[in-house]
Order: sequence, then C-alpha cells, then structure tokens
Amino acid sequence: MTTKTIKQIQQGLAQKEFSSVEITRQYLDRIDSYNSTINCFITVTDELALQQAKTADAVIARGEAGTLTGIPLAHKDIYCTDGIKTSCASRMLDNFIAPYDATIIEKFRQGGAVMLGKTNMDEFAMGSSNENSYYGAVANPWDFERVPGGSSGGSAAAVAASLAPGATGTDTGGSIRQPAALCGISGIKPTYGCVSRYGMVAFGSSLDQGGPLARSAEDCAILLQAMAGFDPRDSTSIDREVPDYSEQLNDDIRGLKIGLPKEYFAEGLDADVARVIETAIQEYRRLGAEIVDIGLPNANLAIPVYYVVAPAECSSNLSRFDGVRFGHRCDNPVDLEDLYKRSRDEGFGDEVKRRIMIGTYVLSAGYYDAYYLKAQQLRRLIKQDYEKAFQQVDVILCPVTPEVAFKQGAKTDDPVSMYLQDIYTLALNLAGLPGMSIPAGFSQELPVGMQLIGNYFDESRLLNVAHQFQQATDWHLKTPELA
Amino acid sequence: MAAWETVIGLEIHAQLATSSKIFSGASTAFGAEPNTQACTVDLGFPGVLPVLNAEVVNMAVKFGVAIGAEITPLSVFARKNYFYPDLPKGYQISQFELPIVGKGELSISPEEGVNKIVGITRAHLEEDAGKSVHDEFPEQTGIDLNRAGTPLLEIVSDPDMRSAKEAVAYARKIHTLVQYLEICDGNMQEGSFRCDANVSVRPAGQEELGTRAELKNINSFRFLERAINFEIDRQIDLIEAGGTVIQETRLYDADKNETRSMRSKEEANDYRYFPDPDLLPVEVTADDIERIKATLPELPEQKRTRYIEQFGLSEYNADQLSASRETAEYFEQALKQDEGQASQLANWILGDLAGALNRGDTEIQQSPVNPVMLAGLLRRVADNTISGKIAKQVFEAMWQGEGSADEIIDARGLKQITDSGAIESLIDKVISENPEQVEQFRAGKGKVLGFFVGQVMKRSKGQANPGQVNQMLRTKLKDTS
Repeated sequence: MTTKTIKQIQQGLAQKEFSSVEITRQYLDRIDSYNSTINCFITVTDELALQQAKTADAVIARGEAGTLTGIPLAHKDIYCTDGIKTSCASRMLDNFIAPYDATIIEKFRQGGAVMLGKTNMDEFAMGSSNENSYYGAVANPWDFERVPGGSSGGSAAAVAASLAPGATGTDTGGSIRQPAALCGISGIKPTYGCVSRYGMVAFGSSLDQGGPLARSAEDCAILLQAMAGFDPRDSTSIDREVPDYSEQLNDDIRGLKIGLPKEYFAEGLDADVARVIETAIQEYRRLGAEIVDIGLPNANLAIPVYYVVAPAECSSNLSRFDGVRFGHRCDNPVDLEDLYKRSRDEGFGDEVKRRIMIGTYVLSAGYYDAYYLKAQQLRRLIKQDYEKAFQQVDVILCPVTPEVAFKQGAKTDDPVSMYLQDIYTLALNLAGLPGMSIPAGFSQELPVGMQLIGNYFDESRLLNVAHQFQQATDWHLKTPELA
Repeated sequence: MAAWETVIGLEIHAQLATSSKIFSGASTAFGAEPNTQACTVDLGFPGVLPVLNAEVVNMAVKFGVAIGAEITPLSVFARKNYFYPDLPKGYQISQFELPIVGKGELSISPEEGVNKIVGITRAHLEEDAGKSVHDEFPEQTGIDLNRAGTPLLEIVSDPDMRSAKEAVAYARKIHTLVQYLEICDGNMQEGSFRCDANVSVRPAGQEELGTRAELKNINSFRFLERAINFEIDRQIDLIEAGGTVIQETRLYDADKNETRSMRSKEEANDYRYFPDPDLLPVEVTADDIERIKATLPELPEQKRTRYIEQFGLSEYNADQLSASRETAEYFEQALKQDEGQASQLANWILGDLAGALNRGDTEIQQSPVNPVMLAGLLRRVADNTISGKIAKQVFEAMWQGEGSADEIIDARGLKQITDSGAIESLIDKVISENPEQVEQFRAGKGKVLGFFVGQVMKRSKGQANPGQVNQMLRTKLKDTS
C-alpha cells in the first residue's frame, strides 16, 4: 500500500478503501523499520500525524475532503513548523523550535494534509550528497552505500523508499532535481517567486525556491497546487493567478519543440547516463515532439557565478545565527567576541563555514566589483541565453547530473568535484526558471534522471511533458528492494 | 598662528512617524516594556522575511519633494553587514548606492539677515537597531529589541557648514521641516531626532579637507553646538601641538562637555553592502511624486514669505513665527479673529506669550491663553477699552485662568476712562493742587507735562485714556496761561 501514488491515495480515501489513519500508520511503521538505516527523517511526528489523520478521516466522513485531506507527507527540515523542531540539519538549530509555520506548511495544514515528520538534508541546504548533516548522512534506497543527492536528500530518499508518498524540498542550485534524479523519483523546482519563501530558512535568497518531490509528475502537480501562490509576507513572491496544474497533464505533445543544449551533452557527462537520456529523447520523438539542437553559450559560467552569488547571500543570511537570541550558544563565553566565535564555530559544519568565508570574501571592500558585481552581470548573460532559447523551443531537455549516485565519502574531500554535481542544474536558479527532474532509466542498476526546463511560469507545460513521458514509460514506477 | 577653517557635515536620523515598523507589523510606540514590541521579523528569526511599509516611502518622498530633491525612480535596499548583539539579523537593511532621495538643498539663516544654502547629499531609508542595556545586569548586557526595525530617514548634508552656529541652524531647520511635514515627531530626548556631526578643520584657504571625526550621542541642539565647538578646539590644539587628527567616531559627554574616542579606523568595519535579495527595488513614479506633492502643507519658507508680504511683518518676526509649526498655527488661529492685528499679534506671541511659556515651561499648544483669547485682548487695546499697559495685567490674569479679556476687564473694572467730563475734573484737581509745576510749564518747561499726565493717570488708577489725557492737559495748561 505504501507504493501508492498520491493520486491513488486520494482515490482510496475517497472510496473508503482505507482511512487516513490506516495509511498514515503504515507509513509510520515503515519509517520505524527503515529510518535507522536510511536516516531520511530527523524528526518523526508520529503523534501529530495520527491526530491529523484522525481529523482528516472525520472531514472525509463529512464529505468535506479537499485534494490533500488525509494525505501523509514529509517536509524538509528547512521549513519552519510551529512547535516542532526545525534544525536545518545543523547543530546550530538543534534546539530551535519555531514559533510559526512556514507559509507552505500552513497551507498543507489548512488543506488537511498529514505531517509524517521532518526530513534530513545537507546543513542549511548546502551540499549535493546529504553528507553535510549534523544528523548523519542519508543512504540512497537503491544502494545504501551511495548518496541520495542533496540537499533535499532526506525528502528524496523518503519518497524513493516509500516512507512517504510525497515530500517538500527546496532548490537553490539543484537541491530538488539532483536528489530526485539520484533516487529515481520526480521533483519540480518552480519559477522563482511561485512558491512563498516565508518560513523557509534562507540560504541564497535570490535563488531559493520550494517545490515538491513525489513518485510521478501527476503527484508533483497535486503538491505544487497546494504550495504555489502569492504570499504578502514574501516580497519576492509574484502576484499572479495560480493555474490548475493538473489540467494540461493529458494534453498531446505532438509538435512540441524540445531543445537539446549541446553544452550539456559535452565532456564530463557519463557515457551510460548519456545513453539513457538519448533513449528518453527517442521516446519523445515517438510521442511526436520535434527535437531541436540549441546553444546556451554561457553555460560554463553557471558554476563560477553561482559560487559567488550563493555564498555571498548565505554569508549574510547566516549572520543571524550568533548565539544571542536562538540556536546554539557556546558554554561560558568570556566576552562578546568569544560568544560569537565559539557559538558559530561549534554550531556550523565545514561546508557551511567554507561558504560563509567565500561569501564574506566576495563581498569585501576591494573584491566586491571583481566578484559579486561581475557575477551579477554574468548572471544576466546566463538568463539571456535561456530567453533566446525559449524563442526557439518550448522545453529544454538535458541531464540532471553528470553521473549516477556516487559512493558516500567519494567526494567529501574534494569540494570542487562535489560542486560539479550541479553543473546542469545551477543555471536555472540563476535565471529563476522552472525545472523538473524525472526518472529516465537506469545505469548500473541506479536511476538516471532527465531534466526538463520550462519558460517562466510554464510549470503546467513541464508537468504535461513529464506526465506524457510517464504515461509511455514505467521508469517512475520502479521501486528499490529494501534489505 | 594660522587661521583655521572648520568644515562640518551633519547626518541626521529622523524617526519616521509610522505606527508600525519599516519591515514588520510591530508597533513603534515609545516606552513599552523591553522586547514586547518586537515580532519574529524584528528578532531576525530563521525564515522570516521583511515586507516594506508603504507609508515610509510616502514620507521619504514628502521630505525629498520639500527640499526640491531628485527622487530616485527605483531605489534599492541594501544590507549593511556587521555583528552586534542589538542588530538581530547581523545586518541592517539600509540604502546604499541608490537612496530614495537624491541631491537637494536647504536655505538656513544662522543669524538675522544672513542666508546660506546648505546642500543635502542624499536621504535614505533604513531600519533602526535595538538597544543594549549595560547598567541593569551585573557583568551582563541586556538587549531590548523594541526599537529594532523602527523606520529612519537618514539625511546626509554636504560638508557645507563652517561653524557650530551654522550646523545648529541647519539642524533646527531640518527639525522644523520634518515636523511641518508630519513625518517625524522631532522628540530628541526619546531619540526620534538624532544628529551626528562630521567635523574637520583645515588652514583657511586650503582646498583639501582635513581628517574628520564623527561626533555621536548628541541629543539636543545646545549639546550639538557645544560638542562641535569642543571638537574644533581639540583638533586645532592637536594640530598646533604637532599632532594629527585621526578618522574616528567620538562620543559627546554632556556632563563633562567633551568628546571621547569610541572606535578608531583600525577597527573600522567593512560593511559588505549588497542589494537585499529579500526586497524588490522601490518604485516611485512621476504620478506618485505629484500625488505626494499635492499633500504637502505650506512650508516654513513659504509661510515666512507670506507673513512678510501679506501681513507686513518684519523679517525677524516672520522667521520666528514660521520656525515652528505650532507657533505658526497659533499665530494663524489668532489672525482668524482679527486680520488687521498681525503686527500686534506677532509682537505679543514672540514677546509676552513666549516669555510666559518659557517661565511656565509650557508648550504653545498647551498655553492657558489660547489664540482666541489673545486676539480678544488685542481687540480691547485696539478699540481703546484698555491701554497697552493694562493689557499686560489682563494677559497675566488670563494666564492665571481668570477668564477672557472682557471678563477680566469687567470684573476688575479696568475699562479705560474716555468720558472727557470725568477726565477734565481730574485734570482740574491736579492743576489746582500743583501751582508750582503750572508756573514751570508757563515758564516754558515743556517736560513738566509728563508730570501732569502721570498724576492724572495715577488718580484714574491707570484707566484714563493716556492720549486723551495728554491732549486735554495741553489745552488746559495753555488756557490757564
């Protein structure tokens, strides 16, 4: 029963095949069995989940159910949850209990969804392997020795291992798409401004965007529907009518123009991964799409630009963690300087410190123009590449990652090779565009993801293009056999 | 010894009079229990985001328009990064490269008859920090974040002032202006209006500026003048003794009347400014500017001109009356009773009334003699019911709460005697009782007339009309000769 999609759970609840309490209990049992191995949850909110499920069943019995009533979900531990620990997988926030809900959490609560718990992640969403967590690494359900990707690694692993039918994530440079790819599930990062950032602990404010991870594009549409929308508490959220994301899922894609950026199929891409993507492209041809070669000439700038902009913003965003008002405070500080230094030294992990230092450096007097300002200029060039591309094509298709899930520890000592994991995903965040990752096949018995990139606010089309692929293939239905 | 020239620029922080904070819905009221007016946004909790209070933009534009400044069509909020316990986010949201108000200017009058234009470099919006409390907890510092997120307009002048006097005149003018515009309550004691002064000296005639010190912690105009004068002397003495001024922040200690080094350049922060990605650029359109312009009240400069042209007031009186919105309002209220009395009213407001307010430590809005009462008093002087001298008595009685001028005149029987029969009999008596003085007058000693007037007034208990007495005496004395 835990391999059901959200769509199937909706139907089962509506037809009274099972109750929300029953299915919630099944997920909680499964979490109980596997979380110690996979480590995808930091906090399991079992009592709350059962209580919410009970309430949901009453709502269903009254015939007042909405699309999310009684659906169990997991939330990345970056979203503030009223009265429940929100750690961001950092020692810094190990003791932090938010006094408020993030906007999306509030929406899920109001929609009657059930919260199973808070998922593991890279500390403050910084990482591509979920190894940078104060609570330990997360195992990839397809091979426990491998990483699930990051930073939303806990959410992706939870869905892949059927410990939750869907989960929320955030994506600053690929943090939804990359773990979705490495875990063989679907995930969408919407257009910047589509989903409220209120209550989502900030990493790179101009890049961060929340989105769902689930088993299928159809499920992603259901979850995105709940998350999207203008929020007056987030000045960067865009006041725009939210479309019905499920409406166009079944539209025919004959004549659709799909662009293949040659820069993303070049050196560095694993040959086997390339082969899997090529087969998926054939599938799209078969479905009647027109495949067009395009160029994104500034693609090579994404990594350097990103690793200036994101650290710059994070160095400032993380200044509030100073041991004064909340979060970790060192024991017996002798003075203010000592309080700051030790609280931050003890509270933050290595990758977070590395990025704070890079960010502080690029914003410093004398370096600002050469790094931060230059990066902002190049960011515009990257954006223009995409704007030009979308004059030619409807959707861009490319890999999500250069290779399949790697072994834990393989890249921990080499930050640059870790950063290269996100070579195909970063540009979207810099441009603010929506992107999806869906399962395209397997290589070495590990899932391979394929990335679909859409124009601004064209999420409906992305979901449609992904859904059509999933109607024609069954890669997304594969689940790992857990030992 | 070389002659020194002083160069002063002021940075004024005016707290904008909004009811809620610049980026949150928390109240800005002064004096609440510590940390009761700070919400999660003010406390910089993880995940919270700032949302701009639209009212502060209106207020900043109002100020900009009033000083004839350029309004930036797209101004940008930036983060000023530094660590301090009363700065919750580890950065202050301010404006850096693109402030909402650009270049403008203000005319000041440091002394009567002198006018000077002071350039205003810019004015930008920012949030205030909280307050560190050092004296309540032994060995520890308390943090009160009620003030964190209070909207400020920082008004930066060009280094155009050449004396403490000019600096004070400029600061007063800004103080008056922001209150006229109703964008700041101007309360210096509560910190709603704060002045920092950048002071340097250079040999007269030298083009290049000397190294400046920034003076902080000045909470009155008197202290501003003293702090600057102290600092000028300190710098000159230092240089003349062979030393050099270092760029630093100095705190003014009002008790000792001195400035003390707070932090020097070596420890100067690199604020790592960058545009705040949580906030969109602030758009102000030409239409917005027009709409805001239409809401501007008559400004001090305009009032001053109107008082001179319309009512024929002296420049000095016009200046004084327009210098505070409350005084001007008092004057205009009183004028409504009697337009013809402008000069008299001005003299009374700036003379007797100002004196009484001063002695009673009372604000003009709380004056026991309101504008209608003052106009009523002057009407009785104008129609000869009482003399100017009696008027002062009546004013005093009004101040004490004895009622309107008419009531007091009646109750005390102060009505001037204008009945020529009554005055004549008083004159006759005085003449017959003082033959000696009559002789002197006849002998050509005209000064004696004053003596007779005095005697008659005394007998009338001051109530005889002095002009009438004077005229009738002349005739009588001539007749008797």
